[in-house]
Amino acid sequence: MAKPRLATGHFTGCFGCHMSFLDIDERILELVELVDFDKSPINDKKRFDQPVDIGIVEGGVSNDENAEILRDFRKNCKILIAMGSCAITGGVPALRNTMPLKECLEEAFLNGPTIGEGDGLIPNDPDLPVLLDKVYPCQEFVKIDYILPGCPPSADTLWAALTALLSGEEPSLPYELVKYD
Amino acid sequence: MSAQNDTPETSGETVKLLIDGVEIPAREGQTILEAAADAGIYVPRLCYREGLPPGGHCRICTVKVNGRPTSACTFPASEGLVLENNTDELNTMRRQVVEMLFVEGNHVCPSCEASGDCELQALGYRLGMIAPQYPYQNTTRELDASHPDVMLDRNRCVLCGRCARASRELDGKSVFGFEGRGIGKRIAVNASHGLAGTDIDAADEAVAACPTGCLLVKRQANLIPVGKRTYDKTPIGTDVEA
Ligand code: SF4
Ligand code: SF4
Ligand code: SF4
Ligand code: FES
Repeated sequence: MAKPRLATGHFTGCFGCHMSFLDIDERILELVELVDFDKSPINDKKRFDQPVDIGIVEGGVSNDENAEILRDFRKNCKILIAMGSCAITGGVPALRNTMPLKECLEEAFLNGPTIGEGDGLIPNDPDLPVLLDKVYPCQEFVKIDYILPGCPPSADTLWAALTALLSGEEPSLPYELVKYD
Repeated sequence: MSAQNDTPETSGETVKLLIDGVEIPAREGQTILEAAADAGIYVPRLCYREGLPPGGHCRICTVKVNGRPTSACTFPASEGLVLENNTDELNTMRRQVVEMLFVEGNHVCPSCEASGDCELQALGYRLGMIAPQYPYQNTTRELDASHPDVMLDRNRCVLCGRCARASRELDGKSVFGFEGRGIGKRIAVNASHGLAGTDIDAADEAVAACPTGCLLVKRQANLIPVGKRTYDKTPIGTDVEA
């Protein structure tokens, strides 16, 4: 029987959640026995070309590209998991949500302390993703089946949830593994 | 001044209450929350703090008294009361209140100095919140960093009033008070140019009384490693149940 397929995605996050995923250490050998990796930054596969059993996404949605890829994940994954504070609440990037986007851009690219007088320029290349007004949690865009809290969720949290799902059980986390930070 | 005895009056006579089917003794007039705590039963609470008069603001401590929802931190014990406390219905309601507090403020736990020691966060853990189910409000809240030693970040304020009560009752200062109504309500300081204009001191009970990362002593962040913080391994309320 074919192994379940696992995809991981990265949106507006710091890659810390993916690092935590790698932090399962030698259990990764067990994992490759249990699943086949599909689209993921870990193997650099860029596109979905067959149905995937479990998708795990890191980061919130801050631009049009994030939104499009997240929808793609939802379309192709039977189970979709939001991993980490950024995916679940917007997290640290969502600190910008309390100020207008224009002000953020101006501070970053025109008026910041490291920008010389008159040197500033707000990036406007058509190839760049277009920023959204706010950083949104994934569940405000698509249906999310499970959320794994933490910044990042610890390797033990990810492992506990993943192994439960792979053996067809409902994941349940003990007290010490549920953290918002 | 002894704040403990401010409210309500206790007659000192022993009465009996039934809480989730268990009979416990109480001193007549003692609050239900305190009587339960004396018997090793935890009623979740946020705006209550031992040693301060109760505020009755947050409603996390809601129990059913003879079938009616009531705040346990303000309701006096009397003979024969029948109470519900640790039920799915009440804990769900409490969790929803916690979730509303999360989305109403701007709580970014990963970057908060109080994370791991915060009572709001710990209530979320204890009551089973994985993430708030309501949309974030992204409200604009004012940060006051004017004081050299104490910071007030209203993004994290839950309007529990513990700072105000502690300042008044224990520090004898009245540094804090509420201002405005409804969704516009905020914690205000008793000076026109922010905390720096008040006589607050980092060692004041008012600062220690804040359950969240709203009132903080500066230069004290992240001194305790993750894993060793107050609620990392032990749920809030465990001390009461011990
Ligand atoms: S949740 Fe934390 S670790 Fe994960 S992407 Fe966001 S900031 Fe990084
Ligand atoms: S005050 Fe508490 S709930 Fe709010 S951000 Fe800080 S740790 Fe999280
Ligand atoms: S500053 Fe702290 S203690 Fe005061 S009302 Fe806000 S959360 Fe409560
Ligand atoms: S603890 Fe009783 S109302 Fe807040």
